[in-house]
Amino acid sequence: MAVERLFKDEATEEKGERARMASFVGAMAIADLVKTTLGPKGMDKILQSTGRGHSVTVTNDGATILKSLHIDNPAAKVLIDISKVQDDEVGDGTTSVVVLAGELLREAEKLVGSKIHPMTVISGYRMAAECARSALLDRVMDNKDDADKFRLDLMRIAMTTLSSKILSQDKEHFAKLAVDAVMRLKGSTNLESIQIIKKAGGSLKDSFLDEGFILDKKIGLGQPKRIENANILVANTAMDTDKVKIYGARVRVDSMSKVAQIEGAEKEKMREKVQKIIGHGINCFVNRQLIYNFPEELFADAGILAIEHADFDGIERLALVTGGEIASTFDNPESVKLGHCKLIEEIMIGEDRLIHFSGVEMGQACTIVLRGASFHVLDEAERSLHDALCVLSQTVNDSRVLLGGGWPEMVMAKAVDELARKTPGKKSHAIEAFSRALLAIPTTIADNAGLDSAELIAQLRAEHHKEESNAGIDVITGSVGDMAELGISEAFKVKQAVLLSATEAAEMILRVDEIITCAPRRREDRM
Amino acid sequence: MALAFDEYGRPFIILREQESKSRLRGLDAQKANISAGVAVARILRTSLGPKGMDKMLQSPDGDITITNDGATILEQMDVDNQIGKLMVELSRSQDYEIGDGTTGVVVMAGALLEQAERLLERGIHPIRVAEGYEIASKIAVDHLQQISHKFEFTATHIEPLVQTCMTTLSSKIVNRCKRSLAEIAVKAVMAVADLERKDVNLDLIKVEGKVGGKLEDTELIYGILVDKDMSHPQMPKQIEDAKIAILTCPFEPPKPKTKHKVDIDTVEKFQTLRQQEQKYFDDMVQQCKDVGATLVICQWGFDDEANHLLMHRNLPAVRWVGGVELELIAIATGGRIVPRFQELTPEKLGKAGLVREKAFGTTKDRMLYIEHCANSRAVTVFIRGGNKMMIEETKRSIHDALCVARNLIRNNSIVYGGGAAEISCSIAVEAAADKYPGVEQYAVRAFADALDSVPMALAENSGLQPIETLSAVKSQQIKENNPCCGIDCNDAGTTDMREQNVFETLIGKQQQLLLATQVVKMILKIDDVISPTEY
Repeated sequence: MAVERLFKDEATEEKGERARMASFVGAMAIADLVKTTLGPKGMDKILQSTGRGHSVTVTNDGATILKSLHIDNPAAKVLIDISKVQDDEVGDGTTSVVVLAGELLREAEKLVGSKIHPMTVISGYRMAAECARSALLDRVMDNKDDADKFRLDLMRIAMTTLSSKILSQDKEHFAKLAVDAVMRLKGSTNLESIQIIKKAGGSLKDSFLDEGFILDKKIGLGQPKRIENANILVANTAMDTDKVKIYGARVRVDSMSKVAQIEGAEKEKMREKVQKIIGHGINCFVNRQLIYNFPEELFADAGILAIEHADFDGIERLALVTGGEIASTFDNPESVKLGHCKLIEEIMIGEDRLIHFSGVEMGQACTIVLRGASFHVLDEAERSLHDALCVLSQTVNDSRVLLGGGWPEMVMAKAVDELARKTPGKKSHAIEAFSRALLAIPTTIADNAGLDSAELIAQLRAEHHKEESNAGIDVITGSVGDMAELGISEAFKVKQAVLLSATEAAEMILRVDEIITCAPRRREDRM
Repeated sequence: MALAFDEYGRPFIILREQESKSRLRGLDAQKANISAGVAVARILRTSLGPKGMDKMLQSPDGDITITNDGATILEQMDVDNQIGKLMVELSRSQDYEIGDGTTGVVVMAGALLEQAERLLERGIHPIRVAEGYEIASKIAVDHLQQISHKFEFTATHIEPLVQTCMTTLSSKIVNRCKRSLAEIAVKAVMAVADLERKDVNLDLIKVEGKVGGKLEDTELIYGILVDKDMSHPQMPKQIEDAKIAILTCPFEPPKPKTKHKVDIDTVEKFQTLRQQEQKYFDDMVQQCKDVGATLVICQWGFDDEANHLLMHRNLPAVRWVGGVELELIAIATGGRIVPRFQELTPEKLGKAGLVREKAFGTTKDRMLYIEHCANSRAVTVFIRGGNKMMIEETKRSIHDALCVARNLIRNNSIVYGGGAAEISCSIAVEAAADKYPGVEQYAVRAFADALDSVPMALAENSGLQPIETLSAVKSQQIKENNPCCGIDCNDAGTTDMREQNVFETLIGKQQQLLLATQVVKMILKIDDVISPTEY
């Protein structure tokens, strides 16, 4: 006698072959979706949000595309998650990781179809991944000791990363921007200190890196527009109405005159506060919170530049740049560290006025001003630049470098193929499959560039059969070229993360033999 | 049926609204229950053993869980059937009590139910079956005690513990680096264990996970890891020889619990109030400074002014630290949790050799490490992994391994895994069955058959011929009188589990048998299921 209902209503259960099929299909669909964006000749996608306004994003960034998708397939969600993690961890390779995981699953499907147990496939994949990683490790180059060469490496990596993005036209320009910005960080991976300001207008080529700091704010009325040798106090304090913070306090008066008195006292309090601030010997005051008209006027009288409502990140960056500390009390001016800079002035970018701090003490932070024809272009440019910055900052810490253009995949595939030949048992099929999946990445790059992928891959393989080959796909000429000469490099850390997380995700999905979906939570119709 | 008449012929309501309820009685009820239980067990059956598969569960909100842990699967499965819920409870209680073997216990209960159905069809009364099971489980548990081995371990010689934890981990997705994870788990447990009293407080082990990196980067930190950063961005990121003030009062003006009002009606009052307020902040910071604290950890938030004062006086601070974490920090650093500033004294400060902030990846994730604590009895297992599901699954696996290590410290007896213990029990029960006169004999024999189903499932999941393998191992056990023969899941070439180093804890196994028998007994005793029909 069968059980009619074990689960709640609408909960579904899929078992064995069907479950596996569902996850393979879902994962491959996601991989195919982003596949066409891979490589220098990859295409972009338009994403339209379902929210109000139906805002449109044009992008080529795998993580951004996947993040915006509404997916119901559980396996697909795993892939989206790895792409997100890749973005958080190394910043680039978000598309490659999904494509590789999808290819691994595609190969696995064939193996499972020919009656090889998923566990066997997994153990084969694990061996192959380990072997591929050590093959890469064997061939890495490390130029950490040689500053010039290292910088060249960074340039190359930045150019390779940018070449698949919208910035590819001016990749040299932007690569230089990114490298300069990252080198200023001196090894820290804190990308917050690189500020990116987007201003529509002009062309992408007009973008520039500013050594100082640019705050997207206006200078208060009647205050000096230009200050040399500025002493800056960075603060986070209420400059509107300074509330009494003691709980339960309230004003109770019985006559109008008293109201006026209290108001006067309040005003006096603010005046005192302003005096204290001025007492620091400053000529520029930047506050995170609002500055009301009254104190602003007082500042203007004292000839102090007061900037209100700089957001929190701006404050932190400014404090970092000028070397001051963020103050909230002003009673002992002698011990508060003030920030310094040579020149504060108002500058114009396009139509907008911005405040520019130059000649700062600590050169860690900097600002990149992006110019471009439209907001879509700027948004995409920011994402591309962000990718490049992430990769570069990671490379500064882990300076191992590989060649690009499908070279790492070919090296790995070759090593994995050799392992397959040596391994007895069914596992060798899985290892072979792994190498085929690796080859899918150069194949996709070639396909996306409209080249004859079968021909090219065959040529590449032949090239790589020789020892120490540097051959990869040269998309520009559409042939096999020497990657070292062409100057196409990639960071080892990115490749390693792609390899490991793709294998991990594939393994995870392969291990599943049953999918149980709970009934979706009912949402009240708020239409 | 449920309709009776009194002496005047009036109907008598026994069951309200009888028509709208469906009712199953007698053998039908038992069969329906059994088949529900078996259905649940069947879901878990494929997850058993080192080659067991995972299940993917999608929650009502669309979140994905991929797991192999029986208790987790059942908990998230949204079971509606009452008997199904009993099975969920069963696995949960095994999880609470032992922590491991949650899949095995359900598979065992399912097998017992399957066998019971056959006996019921032959017309044996369910209670007799239940009693027979009870007898058999007693035999099996005693037999387990006999074949168990004690092994010695000391604080330095932890190899046997590691081996046992590895057996637990080998069935999970993390088996790629089971060795290192098992070592982490054992070291963590040894760090907090009270070897004299043979007790381990697992609350002292914090398991923290962060997406990114790879599984191999998972580490054991002799200290506490807090997912917070310094309250002020310019505070020092590293403090050596920190003296920590652990506070549960906010750096804010006092808020008395009684209702009160402070009326301001003159300018003087306004000014005094203002001065008081400033003094208050100043005092708070000064009090911390006076006792010699070099780090403040607070459960609540800071006012902007207080924050700056702290920064100004060079006193790094961390805010919004959760209650549990606060307690762990107090234990680890040997400090006391101080509820009021007035009660701060130098003795109540915690001490840590090194406190540092570490950033991860490209986003601004930072975590605070508190290491080299005065009392390293609190440890943290910090898990890294490729994606969110992986971290969650690793957390569950580590939890299982920690439980196993704890159980071993409580009771250092082990039995052999890979189905060896079950097969050995099955032989013992089978042999004992003949001694029982009466119907129970059949039930006892059925119990022996049910015991076989665990190794059978293991063999099946490993892609071996189940019946062939099981009979071979069984005959080997009898022939060699060796209770260590089990199913060779890993294709290692030997069936001797001693050589393969596959161990399980004795209490875990005993508990599995007892719990499974109890639940089956309960299910068999039900002979009437009344449920409202759908409308």
